Parts: sequence; C-alpha cells; structure tokens
Amino acid sequence: MTPDPRNPWRLVAGGRIDRAAPLNFRFNGNAYVGYAGDTLASALLANGVRVVARSFKYHRPRGIFTAGEEEPCALVEVGEGASRVPNSRATLVLLQEGLVAASQNGWPSVGFDLGRIVDFTHPLWPAGFYNKTFKWPSWGHWEGLVRHAAGLGRTPPGPDPDHYEQVNAHCDLLICGGGAAGLLAALTAGRSGLRVILAEQGHACGGALGREDILLDGRPGRQWVLETTAHLRDMPGVLLLEQTVVTGVYDHNVTTLLQTGRNRAWRECLWTVRPRHILLATGAIEQGLVFPNNDRPGIMLAGAVRQYLENQAVCPGRHIVVATDNDSAYQTLFALARRNLPVSTVVDVRDSVSEELRERTAASGAELLTGARIADTRGFNRLRSVQLGGPDGADLGRRRCDLLAVSGGWSPRVHLLAHARGSLRFDAASRSFVPDRLPPGWSVAGAAAGTQGLQATLDQAAAAARRVCQSLGRPAADAALPCITRDVDTTCAGRLEPLTKGLLAPGTRSRGRQWIDLAHDVTLRDAELAVREGFVSVEHFKRYTTTGMSVDQGKTGNLNAFIALGALTGQDPAAIGTTTFRPPYVPVTLGAIAGRRTGEFHAMRRLLPADAVHRKLQGRFEDYGWQRPDCYPRPGETAQEAVRREVRAVRSRVGVFDNSPIGKLEVRGPDAARFLDRVYVNDVPGLAVGRARYGLMLNENGVIIDDGVFVRLAEDHFLLNTTSGGVGRIGAMLEEWLQCEWPDLRVLVDDQTTQWANFTLAGPCAREVLDALGTDIDLTPAALPHMAAARASVAGLRSRVVRVSFSGEASFEINVPARSAGGFLESILQAGAPHGITPYGVESLMVLRAEKGYLHVGTDTDGSSTPDDVGWGAVARRKRGDFIGKRSLLRAANTDPERKQFVGLEPLEPRRAMRPGAHLLLGAGRAPPALTDGWVTSACFSPTLERHIALGVLRGGRDRLGELVTVCDEDDRCEARVVSPVFYDPDNARLKG
Amino acid sequence: MLRIECPYCGLRDQTEFRFGGEASVRRPARPEQAGDAEWADYLFYRDNVKGTHRERWVHSYGCRRWFTVLRDTVTHEIHSVVGMTPGQDSDRGDAAG
Repeated sequence: MTPDPRNPWRLVAGGRIDRAAPLNFRFNGNAYVGYAGDTLASALLANGVRVVARSFKYHRPRGIFTAGEEEPCALVEVGEGASRVPNSRATLVLLQEGLVAASQNGWPSVGFDLGRIVDFTHPLWPAGFYNKTFKWPSWGHWEGLVRHAAGLGRTPPGPDPDHYEQVNAHCDLLICGGGAAGLLAALTAGRSGLRVILAEQGHACGGALGREDILLDGRPGRQWVLETTAHLRDMPGVLLLEQTVVTGVYDHNVTTLLQTGRNRAWRECLWTVRPRHILLATGAIEQGLVFPNNDRPGIMLAGAVRQYLENQAVCPGRHIVVATDNDSAYQTLFALARRNLPVSTVVDVRDSVSEELRERTAASGAELLTGARIADTRGFNRLRSVQLGGPDGADLGRRRCDLLAVSGGWSPRVHLLAHARGSLRFDAASRSFVPDRLPPGWSVAGAAAGTQGLQATLDQAAAAARRVCQSLGRPAADAALPCITRDVDTTCAGRLEPLTKGLLAPGTRSRGRQWIDLAHDVTLRDAELAVREGFVSVEHFKRYTTTGMSVDQGKTGNLNAFIALGALTGQDPAAIGTTTFRPPYVPVTLGAIAGRRTGEFHAMRRLLPADAVHRKLQGRFEDYGWQRPDCYPRPGETAQEAVRREVRAVRSRVGVFDNSPIGKLEVRGPDAARFLDRVYVNDVPGLAVGRARYGLMLNENGVIIDDGVFVRLAEDHFLLNTTSGGVGRIGAMLEEWLQCEWPDLRVLVDDQTTQWANFTLAGPCAREVLDALGTDIDLTPAALPHMAAARASVAGLRSRVVRVSFSGEASFEINVPARSAGGFLESILQAGAPHGITPYGVESLMVLRAEKGYLHVGTDTDGSSTPDDVGWGAVARRKRGDFIGKRSLLRAANTDPERKQFVGLEPLEPRRAMRPGAHLLLGAGRAPPALTDGWVTSACFSPTLERHIALGVLRGGRDRLGELVTVCDEDDRCEARVVSPVFYDPDNARLKG
Repeated sequence: MLRIECPYCGLRDQTEFRFGGEASVRRPARPEQAGDAEWADYLFYRDNVKGTHRERWVHSYGCRRWFTVLRDTVTHEIHSVVGMTPGQDSDRGDAAG
C-alpha cells in the first residue's frame, strides 16, 4: 500500500475526494490535514487518530464504528465558543477548512482519562446501580456527582449565534431516502407530473448504487446516479433535498425534515411537510456483532470499512480480520483485495458458506474459518490482536489485528414507519424486523422493506410510484428502469442459532464484557442481570439497562439487544418484539425547532397606540401582555417613590392613565340583552341605554373568570369591557355559547379592542381637564353621573365617554380611535398642565384600586372564587333568570359560610409590609404548622392612608371584621386586623363627585 | 399534528384549531331544576370513547366557527366533518332559561 504523502492511512490514489483541495483542521488541539470530500471521521482515520471519544459510563477508549448517522461512539464537540455543538457525530460532519473539533468525555484527556477508574471497577456498576446505590440519604444528594461523571458534552457558553430557518411544504409524494429505490420512484413519479419531495440524509444521493462494483446500463452505477439527480433537479414539481433527514412522522403523515446548510446563511432548516403519500426508501443499517471486548478502537462495521475505502481511499488498518454472520461482509474483503490490501482471516459464525464465497475468499489469500467466532480482543488505546474460538469453545489461536471489520446483518430503517404506527414483523430469514402492516398512504421499497437485490428493489420502487399515481388518478409514466449489468451479492441471510450460541457460548462470559450498546455502555452481563431481576418485557428491559437510549438510539445495537433478550428468556425474537421508536429519528437541535422565534421574535410585543408619547414621558415599561408603563419615575426618583407621587396626584388633583389594552367587545343584535343576561351574574335587560354596570362572568363551575363594566350603547348594542388579558378568551367563550348552545339567538360579537384607545382622567380636577379639552356634552354629575356613558366629541375626536372608575376617584374613560391616540394623549397633557396633571402607570393604578378595595380578577380571585366569596352573592341570588354557572353556585360546597371570603387586612404596626402569598391563621400569636385559614392576595403601601394595607381571602372572613389574624410569610410573622376591603372613601362621595 | 377539514375554509393544520371536547354533551334545559348528579354529569362526565368520537372543534385562527368532527381516537382518522347550522345538529340543547 502506498500512502498519501499527507495522510499515512490514506491510499495514494482513488476515492471521491478532491486531492487538489487540502483542508486544515484541528482535533483535540492537534493540527491535521484532510481533503474536500472527507468527513471528520474519515479525515481522522486517514491521519491515524484512533481514539476519538471515551465511552459514556466506563470511560473506555472508543474509535469510529460506522460511517453514518448510526454512529454510537464517535461523538465530538464541533466548533468553538457559542457556536460549539456537542454530541456531533464525527461521521456526519463534513470537513471544512479551519474546522475545530474535540473529544468530550475524557478528563484530563481522551488518551488518558481518569474516569476510567469506573472501567477498572466495573463489577461495582451494574445496570440499575443508580437506583440501587444512590438511595441514601437521597438521590438529590448524589445527583450532582453522578451528572458530572455521566454527562455527555457541554452546553455552549453563550446564545447560539447561528441562524435557523423553517419551511412549510406540501407534496403528493414524499420519498424518504435517495438510494436506488428513492431515485427511481422520484423519477417515475416526477415524470407522471406528481409534486415530489425527495429527502436524502447523506451528502449525495445514490446509496448502494454508489458502490464501485455496480454497473447499470454497462456503466458505473454512480454515473446513473449523477445523471438521474441532475435530471430530477431540472424536473418541475420535484424537489431534491440532500443533507436532509426525515426526523419524524406525526399524525395524518405530517412529517418533519431536518436540512443541514451547505452555505453559512443558515445552519439548519426544519421542514414541515404535509405529503399525501410517503414512500419509505431508507435502506438498512448494519448491525454489530457481540463478542468479548467488542468495543476497542479499530473494530468497525464491515460496510463502513468499505465506504471509507471507496469514498475517501482510507484504510484504517494493516492487519485486517473480517468477522461476520452473513454474506455482505465479504464485499468488504473483495474491495480490500482489489486494492491489494490483504485480509488475514475471515471469521464466519455460520457453519458453512457458499462455494463461490469460499473460492473468492481463498483467491484473495485470506483464511476462512466457519463456525468460528471472536473469543476476545486485546489492545489498549487501539486493537492489537483477536483471539479466535471454534465450535464448543475450541481455541483457534490468536491473530495480529488492528482493524476488525464486523457485520451482524442488516436491519431495515423502519423507524419512520413505526412513528406512523405501522407494524413490524420478525423475518427469520434475514434475522431482522421488517415492515408488516403499512399505515394509510404509505409504501415501502428496497432494503427498508427487507428486499434484497437491486432488481427487486428497482421493481418495487417503480411499482410503488405507479400505485401512488393510480390513487391520485393520474396516468403513470414509464419507470425507465436501468438495465443491471452487474449487481453485488448483499445477501444478509444470517442464521440466528449460531449467533445466539455465540452470544451465550460457555466460556465467553468469563473472558470479558460483551457490549450490546456501545453508546450507553450496556453489556450482555447487564442484560442477564435485568432478566434475572425480572425485567423481561422489552420495554422494561430497555429502561432498566438503558440500552438504545443514547444519542444514537441503538441503531447498531438494538437488534442484538432484542435477540439477546430472546436468547436469555428462551423466546423467539418475534415474541420479544421491538421497543417503540419515537421521533426524532436523529437528534434535532433546539435552534432548528425554535427557528426564527428567538430574541425579539420569541414573543409578540404589543405596543400601546400612544407608545411614543409614553417613551417621551420616560415611562418604566413592563410586559403585561402589552408593553405598558408601570410608573413614570422622574430623574433621581425610585419606582416606589414615583408610584407614591402618582397616587397622591390622582387623589389630590388629576391623573391620566392609558387604559387602551382594556378588552372592548361589542355585542349587538335583537337578542343581545337576552344573551348577555345569560352571561353576566348581574342583571342586563334592566340597564338603561346610556348607562354602564359592573358585571362578573362565571364559567359553568360557578367560578369567576372575568369582570368589567358593560355599557348599553343602544337597545340592541352593548360595549363589554373585559380585563386586558382576558378579551381573547372571553370573546371566544361568547362565540362558543352562541354557536354551540344558543344558535337561535340573533347576536354578533365583535372584538374592537385595538380599534379604540382608552384614556382615563381620574381625580378631583378630571372634569375641568376634560372641559378644557373641548367637548360637546354636559359633564355635570347630574347630566353625566357615575356609571353613565355618552357619545361625544372630545378635542375634535369622535369618542365615547364613560364615567367609570377603578381608582375610587371621579373619573372619565375616554375612548378615541386608536390612530389618534398619540396626539390625543398630548392634548390631554397640555389641557391638564394648569391642573398639574400626572400620568400614572399600572403599578399606581394597582395601589389606587387596592385602597378602594376593588377586585382584580386573577390576583384576588383564583380557580375557586365564587361571586359570594367576593361580596356579590346577593346580586347573584337576586337574579331570577339563568346565567352561566348559576346552578353550580347552589352546590353545598359553594354555600358553605366557612368559605374563604374577600377581606381587607391592616397590620397592627402600620409600617409593617405584608407580601401576597403569605398565609393567614385566625387569632393573634399563632404559629405554623397549622391548617391555613387564608392568604394575602394583594398588598401595598397606601400613600393615602400612610400605612401598609392588604387584601386577602379568609375563612368566613366577612363575619370576622375586627378580629386579629397572624400573617405567616415563611419564618416572618406579624399580626393584622381584619377589616372591610374598602379602605378609602367607603361612602363613595369622591367617586360620585 | 392532525389535518382537519374545516367545513368553511378547507384542509388546515390542527394548530389553527381549538378542541372543544365531546360534542354530545347536553346542557340541562332548566339548570336550576337539575339535581346535583345530573348537573355533575353535564359538567364533568365524558364518555372517553375508544373508537369513533363525536367532538367539537373551532377554527380559532381562521373563520372562528365551530363544527362537529367524527374522529377515531385510536388512529386519529377523521370520518366526517359537519358544520353547526342551527337545526342541523340534533345534539344542541334548547336555549336556557
């Protein structure tokens, strides 16, 4: 073998790499060179790097085992800083100039890992050792230690700087896999005029057709692949996506695809495809073999060895042994032989092989041992030799070996079918689980169906495409099947019996651990322990041993695990079945799932229509579903000081509050009053036109869900104010009742919330300010009393003025068209300047309303609050007609006098603050533990009363006015007097002024 | 994710809709005369069908109209979709009070 001058383990010629384009990269701090066309895995192999990772549990040295997404060992971190991606499979990372990668599970280094103490003491750590060992004093005591030891990869240190995209697509036929079956089906369906999406997870289509020894129409199969993909790219209606893996199939065949970016504009793109039909053409995955110490670096799947040889001209060994239980591994032997790379020994588990294979193996110069197995392997950071065993434990000697190509047969990639709840059956001939019942709209072709041989695969794919055309009522075009000049024998008919004999052969167990899951370090010994302890259902077995639960989801080991479980319990694999394959098929980054919905796009920001004016006023903004000022601190003022100043200004002069987000539902129609009477606890038909009323809404359980003022604008026209956060929910609820329960009522509900801006003028000078703004209505209390409404012109704007108050002061809510909000607010500030008008924010409003004892639904109420609990019981009882939730109020539990009722609380020390959530215990000097008698729901310092106040709910509270309670806030306790919730202006003189 | 045929807008993703539970729940015509058991039955008890389920959906992010769907709770296959025209759906309760 002549090596490549740059790479000691690369042949000087061959491969599908661009030797004119060397690429520099770093791995674990060392500089290496690879070529365009390399993956990180192939480049590392070419450079002689054998130990790439440390295993998850035992910290054993591990190398590269596969050449694809099924890789269980070579998990690395790629990139640096915030762009670092943990748990990348080296086999999938396309080499690029300047690429930086590192091992992730070794300390201090991957070559010398102190964590391997776990390996040397492995009998202490069997399956389930977490559950058994870390029970005392508690799991929480050990968790940090275990997580540190068992962690896989590090979280990147900063926000992900990369961009991710998302695409929605529809098609007639989604083809999963761009191998022989997928390409032919795409060609047939595309020619028939179907809209086709073909997703190929690899860097290029072709699959098995890319193998050097296949000839189609007398030319290399690869040539046909290149022509066909070029043709498909030009075909209208066909979308060819490479580097795109179908990650999940969900209900009604909604499918997600993860596309990896070739360019740097985005790193990954998540597709949501809604196909009418799905063709599964995903091929098969080669399985490993189970034998003692089958995890050393230098042991690789035979198919992977052949791929590295053909694609990247890499041969990662000079002393090569092949171990197999099927025919397919012989292709690796022949590929090596074609390059004059000798294989010393072929170890075949089966008792005999075909005459042809025997002759060709002999011709290559390799020794063939049938009925044999690998009895053990040696080597520390790389494989040095293999010990061979014959039938009945006979010793067949040792062979020098630094590359052991293994094949345990091929398992169809049926994961997506399982996502869609298709069923599988065990096929004894191919020793694998193959598709059985297909879900509606599904076809399967090629190796994914368990089909062997190229001709059968192509026929199956063409037939599937024809059936799809037929079901869509379209004439199918000619399949244009290529003529197969030469196929290779990929028969994977292994025999179960020799394998299970090998697994459990006497003498094998004592010699060393036999891995069934390389990624999660699960050995045959763990499987035996699980069975011994009764975990014999495959789902229990999986969870107890954690086999198949790592990043690779057991793609190269599950089949052996199921067969081992069968052998250990004396059952046929068909009876064992498989575990449940769930999406995603490969790991999907959170970035791809988030797409563009990050940073400022993460959640919708709703701005007040007068946002710019509030910014000018230096409001302190908070997110309340809308971006709203919670107060307007002056320079040098704290938020707390600002709130106190604003509250005092409203009480003494006048304040203006932007209440635009308040819900504004217009309800009209001949039956509007009848309808709303069923919705509100309060009487509706008796409300006069031009008047407003406070109303409570319940759900059918009798629980308060919203409150607000409703105005009768006309006989058949109402304006409903809801809480600003509740308007969507309440609007939808009204629609539901109208459409589903009372379709006979002639009523329309229209959400006008964003059409109108709403400004509240509150305080003793509110009327003067409104007057100064210029209005055409009479503002005297006689003409426009509290809870009256009028259409008016204010400052030249068409508006609705409602006298309603949430502060306890005489106030006017002025609704103007939203587009005029900014100018209108400036007019108010100008007109109010002589009166010292003060803008006040949400936090100040909350203090004002608490002083007045006004309820805030969702703060002072919860999912159990009834009208009686908050003092509206009499109104509810007085109402004669039915309303939503009325019947539930009659339940015994809702009429209990000991229910928690809404009260006010005054601390005995006026300067003592209470916090919402603090528990109340009846009586002074109480201490927990005790059953709670209630809790604080709102609390603040009242600038008006110059003392702390609180609102809360208290067991039988209304009958306990004047009594003392103990307020318990964790270890902090104080005493408070139970009072009426109305701390301010109890006779409403100021309100009605 | 289900794909649901809105009777007014056509085939859309489930994310455009909101589920409204069993369609065959009848609100007692005279709630105040209903006994606790009858009221509890209306409020809380549902059939939890394995197989074809009659259920209500609303096209929240579309036409905002409610309709009835017959869906297989095992396979999610949707057998039929019916709009909620007054009089068409026999399970609508009479107007309350």
